[in-house]
Amino acid sequence: MSDVKERIDALVKANEVVLFMKGSALFPQCGFSSRAVAILDHLGVPFETVDVLQDQEIRTGIKEYSDWPTVPQLYVKGEFVGGSDIMMEMFESGELQQLVAAAA
Amino acid sequence: MPMAANEIEALIRAALPDARVEIRDLVGDGDHYAARVVSRSFEGLNRVKQHQLVYRALGGRMGGELHALQLVTAVPDGE
Repeated sequence: MSDVKERIDALVKANEVVLFMKGSALFPQCGFSSRAVAILDHLGVPFETVDVLQDQEIRTGIKEYSDWPTVPQLYVKGEFVGGSDIMMEMFESGELQQLVAAAA
Repeated sequence: MPMAANEIEALIRAALPDARVEIRDLVGDGDHYAARVVSRSFEGLNRVKQHQLVYRALGGRMGGELHALQLVTAVPDGE
């Protein structure tokens, strides 16, 4: 396993809910990341964020790690949940609330 | 470098021939789209895998040439 994979592995395992995003939770740098943060804020669960703009290795590595071409990307309990579209769909259907409640 | 909506649709339909594809240009700049893709190929797959099929159809353009594509996927119901 390459270094970056190990780093990402460690991040998704150390945090129950972690969002890889552009910018920070306070200052998202992209509309999709902003939407993802808004959804998590609304759920009221603690979550960690990783700013891919601050780390080129993770920025490219996370796409391969998840086999997913874009950021944001949400992980809950070490499992890839999806990007902001899937988060929105799952939020609207109530599935995301259940998923993070189980994680908390 | 923007992509035309019909180009996106053609790529998706080339990979998923039965797909019903609706594309909206969200702000009229040829760079921010929303797509709804309905296909039998999605049957039995979770959302992540359904989206991955569409991204694969777009052959690496997603996240590069194609900046923003909001995606909703579904299996056709009772047709």
